[in-house]
Amino acid sequence: MAKRVGMEVSIAIAEAARQANVDVVSAYPITPQTHIVEHLASLVADGELDAEYITVESEHTAMSACVGAAAAGARVFTSTSSQGLALMHEILYLAPSLRTPVVMALANRALSGPISIWNDHSDVMGQRDTGWISIFANNGQEAYDLTLMAFKIGEHPDVLLPVMVNFDGFILTHVIEPLYMFEDEELEGYLPPFEYKYKLDTDNPMTLGPVGLPDVYTEAKKQQDVAIRNSRKVIDEVLKEFGENFGRKYNPIEHYKSDDADIILLTQGSVTEAAEVAVDALREQGKKVGIVELRLWRPFPFQDLIDALVNAKCVVVLDRCISFGGQAGPVLSEVRSALYHEPKRPMVVGCVAGLGGRDISLENYIEMFEIGENFLKTGKEPEIVKIVGLRE
Amino acid sequence: MSAEVKRPIESALNVFAYRLVEKEEFFTRGHRACQGCAAALGLRHIFKAVDKDTIVINATGCMEIVSSPYPFTSWALPWLHVAFENAAAVASGVEAAVKALQRKGRLDPSKKIKVIALGGDGGTADIGLQALSGALIRRHNFTYICYDNEAYMNTGVQGSSATPLGASTTTTPAGKVSFGQGYWKKNLAEIAVAHKADYVATACPSYPLDLIRKVKRATEIEGPAYIHMFAVCPTGWGTDPAYSVRLGRLAAETGVFPLYEVDHGKYRLSLDLPQGLRPVTDYLKGQRRFRHLPQEVIDEFQEMVTREYERLKKMERLTQEL
Ligand SMILES: Cc1ncc(C[n+]2csc(CCOP(=O)(O)OP(=O)(O)O)c2C)c(N)n1
Repeated sequence: MAKRVGMEVSIAIAEAARQANVDVVSAYPITPQTHIVEHLASLVADGELDAEYITVESEHTAMSACVGAAAAGARVFTSTSSQGLALMHEILYLAPSLRTPVVMALANRALSGPISIWNDHSDVMGQRDTGWISIFANNGQEAYDLTLMAFKIGEHPDVLLPVMVNFDGFILTHVIEPLYMFEDEELEGYLPPFEYKYKLDTDNPMTLGPVGLPDVYTEAKKQQDVAIRNSRKVIDEVLKEFGENFGRKYNPIEHYKSDDADIILLTQGSVTEAAEVAVDALREQGKKVGIVELRLWRPFPFQDLIDALVNAKCVVVLDRCISFGGQAGPVLSEVRSALYHEPKRPMVVGCVAGLGGRDISLENYIEMFEIGENFLKTGKEPEIVKIVGLRE
Repeated sequence: MSAEVKRPIESALNVFAYRLVEKEEFFTRGHRACQGCAAALGLRHIFKAVDKDTIVINATGCMEIVSSPYPFTSWALPWLHVAFENAAAVASGVEAAVKALQRKGRLDPSKKIKVIALGGDGGTADIGLQALSGALIRRHNFTYICYDNEAYMNTGVQGSSATPLGASTTTTPAGKVSFGQGYWKKNLAEIAVAHKADYVATACPSYPLDLIRKVKRATEIEGPAYIHMFAVCPTGWGTDPAYSVRLGRLAAETGVFPLYEVDHGKYRLSLDLPQGLRPVTDYLKGQRRFRHLPQEVIDEFQEMVTREYERLKKMERLTQEL
């Protein structure tokens, strides 16, 4: 049976990659992701993981090598954060368009400038439209479990897309958490070796990555969009099967006391658990508040989100990233527009908090619910970008 | 030239003798390269040096564009194009995957799979130099081949750091106060040597048997290899397409593009030139990109070429004992 152990979350994520028996790891150091790839390097050095570990000279190369290795039929893993992800940007588009199921553990971190090694979600949000399946963990256990599931989802013959698992830098990566780690035997058969139908095969040569002239480019992009939308079916299956086999249930949208809530705070990542404390405190005062967590970011779970939100009076969307000169943040604009066509829809208001490692206190979460209350009362939006926890 | 050094017989044969090469074509007809494109001619020869167990990674550039307009392909080998600056990086991943999968028995370990990365001079000397450096120093078992047409041709003849001194390109135009490219060509072969690549060679499609021999050697050794192939570009250089093979030979005979190889550190010039080098003007004349050159730039050009050739001869002597 799975053992409950105290383990640094980064190590657990690396162990998930080992248990997935990855063939190629290609990664570059960056805080706060580094412990993951250091641990993998030592697993390879000790012969505990039979993989090629490529010590690349940049993240651009890390992603390029991942795409090449996956195209050659290998199970591949990488991990990065922040500037590293931004440097990969160009090649992030290639992994889904070439249908190479790379798995990436993304320790979310702020983007420069000013340079900051601390947590927010600017890095992942900047890559929203690259075509990756993108999913959030809110604690170490989830990061470990979702890393394992990411291989299962991405490599499924009906999916063949790259998957990034998001977890908050430092807040999760550097924390020692009690975790249920699988014994290797328990995972027997869970991830059989990757068999890639479209690999670079000298017995069946194929041309991969050809020029797309205007007569085919649009159709190629349409196929890619269909592929990621269809991946939802497999994602649901994998989450469900994991719950049935191992007892830990995951959903594209998670709820906390939101069923009868008038005001819902919408979260992603580790803030979810912290905000639950505020919900409990406010519930004690008789306030009908709750949380909806947007776990699956891409493909966007439109219907689940609508179902989870339509009965509320107001939704307060917490963005961990600013959309300069636009709506407060990308999550706000996505959530708002997802609800736009609903005949009965809650009011939606946004706030930004926790940028570059700024702590979000209990009072801050309570303030977020108050923003919702005031909005309901006055019908007036606060300033366009309300930053909670800003030093005035 | 030192008499002790034995020159390869293939190098002396500067004709294409089809009886002497493999008939099978892996870079096949139907591609859309310009008339007289020496890079495309070179690719045809390059892939006569290998068997079907070869994987090609192609950087963005002319050769990628002309050979893969979907749904057509000129490639009878597994071929992958990802982006412009990362052919060496993608090849690193492919090579690592092949190694891991063969070790784990998921890919037939008895197959000797050759990984060849192709890039233009811009994709190699400029934007892809870091990826190339990484792949060479990590000692992946692969061969990187740069086809050097001395500018960014695919985007319309812009200057690269492999554009030679004085050449007029669309971003280094000759004008009233400029004589074109203001600095000397980056020496990529020597950069590869500095990485201790096991095998480094320069080659030219005008010497097809020499080119094929060098690719064979590069792909047969275990370890990183680098080949720098001269590629006359009539469209970009303003030369007669019928003149490409001849011009390639003139580049070698004038020493503008010296043919040599460095096998595990040991230098060897490929050609015997008992009469010495021809003057560079034999090569420069007839090229639109050079026709504006003032005498003092031609003199500087000649001096650079002579000096480099003398250096190579010295390197050959110096490294004979290796
Ligand atoms: C990151 C990036 N920058 C620029 C380009 C545009 N681009 C495509 S091909 C090319 C020129 C390639 O030149 P070279 O490598 O010398 O090959 P050639 O075209 O001469 O075959 C350029 C600049 C690109 N595709 N990607």
